[in-house]
Amino acid sequence: MLEGYCGEAEALAMKLLVAIGDVFDARRMIKVKSVQVSGISYKTIGEAGVEFLEDFCSKGAKAAVETTLNPAGMDLTAWRRMRVPADFARRQLRIISAFKRMRMDITCTCIPYFVGNRPRFGESVAWAESSAICFANSVLGARTNREGGPTALASSITGRTPLYGLHLDENRKPSHVVQVQSELSTDLDYGLLGYALGRKLGHCVPFIEGTRMTRNLDHLKTMGASMATSGAIALYHIHDVTSESRLIKQSDLHFLERISIGKSELLSAKEELTSAENPRHVCLGCPHCSLEELGKVAKLVHGRRLRRKLWCFTSRKTYEEAEELGYISAIKAAGGVVVRDTCMVVSPLEKIGVEQILTNSCKAAHYLPSLSKVEASLAPFEECVEFASRRS
Amino acid sequence: MVPGRAAGRAVVTSQPISFLGGVDPVTGRLIEKNHELKGMSLRGKVFVFPYGKGSTVGSYTIYSMAKNGVAPAAIINMETEPVIAAGCVLAAIPLVDRLERDPTKTIGNGDYVTVDSKRGIVTVRKR
Repeated sequence: MLEGYCGEAEALAMKLLVAIGDVFDARRMIKVKSVQVSGISYKTIGEAGVEFLEDFCSKGAKAAVETTLNPAGMDLTAWRRMRVPADFARRQLRIISAFKRMRMDITCTCIPYFVGNRPRFGESVAWAESSAICFANSVLGARTNREGGPTALASSITGRTPLYGLHLDENRKPSHVVQVQSELSTDLDYGLLGYALGRKLGHCVPFIEGTRMTRNLDHLKTMGASMATSGAIALYHIHDVTSESRLIKQSDLHFLERISIGKSELLSAKEELTSAENPRHVCLGCPHCSLEELGKVAKLVHGRRLRRKLWCFTSRKTYEEAEELGYISAIKAAGGVVVRDTCMVVSPLEKIGVEQILTNSCKAAHYLPSLSKVEASLAPFEECVEFASRRS
Repeated sequence: MVPGRAAGRAVVTSQPISFLGGVDPVTGRLIEKNHELKGMSLRGKVFVFPYGKGSTVGSYTIYSMAKNGVAPAAIINMETEPVIAAGCVLAAIPLVDRLERDPTKTIGNGDYVTVDSKRGIVTVRKR
């Protein structure tokens, strides 16, 4: 492949993977079952990213394995209603067209595991999107390193990834024990725990214990997203909850460094992430809202008239499923908006007149001030919806 | 390591870096809220930090910085990770990690640092 017998794009992609393999002393390449590519929004990759993708595309690059995409910078059909500027939209559509030509699935979501790209236990994949990586490794027990946008793309084209890091058993064992000394009830509690943990440990494989931990997939989704924002955590274990925890013996934990996280750490994480004093918009869906979450919004707003703007971000596929169940019409009837293909982090919020938001997402609250000059403040999922319904 | 040779003044932090949302690809300055180096320019510097964190789009940010002429001259990590490494490969920025001594403690801000990543040699001239 490297010699170019399989094509120019394949050779270029393999060259990148070999260089990465060299950095990490990988012994060889392995096949991957699926790929999740990040860097889809024009907002995040800019002109240099567009040229990079179009260059690959013009060399004849094609997906060799199942490949799904991260969110784009706008709802690909309703972008005018979102008030996305036309020049941004033009560039965004160029990016999408390149991915289409490379035969990748235009899923545009950060929760590929809820829309059909769901690797099985023990399978090696090459995923980008920090939150999805955490979910794939921890909850599903699949194996992926923290792929960057370009290496995920290269793995899609070649169907390969270098064998190192989290593809190997020895690197998946816990490195730290985290004792949680606070009760966790809302989704935001789990988000804050993840954020505090990532901040404290940065780069490790935590084993989390100490309190009754959730099995709710949306809570695990948000916790992983936070850990992978404040830190570089790609895999965590929770006793009796995550897929590999049954392989971990108590004796494996004896000599590990122990840290504890309690109420005060959660509070200081919340304080650190709060910058909006007077939010006018409520944004949910970072990571994207699941079908269950859209159902929850529909139930909470049923028969009410929203007083503030409520935007729920989700994938196109989830939107269609929610439409069939009547969730979308219920949210719309109350005055809420369900946006597809994008989210508050990667859409040009600053260009569509958003200044301060209330959200349940620690990840969004972390990125928005620097990425979009939008200030954020945090509340649990239900309270966010409640806030949008209140008069003042 | 990503092979290459480069030299420049050091910018050092003990905090991990997410290039997306952490660095402005047009100006080359650190923009992450609450980061100890907020406002510092990375252009032409030898950037020393423990490891990458956060967004996997960071590789494109590093690549964009190079295209805009504001990329660091070299990167030194304690232990690097794929998002940073891919950015360095695409942007041809020399990268070294796993050195004998902790670079975030041994190298000071403003030190003149030479990196020869192929031979794994980093020399530091104290400011």
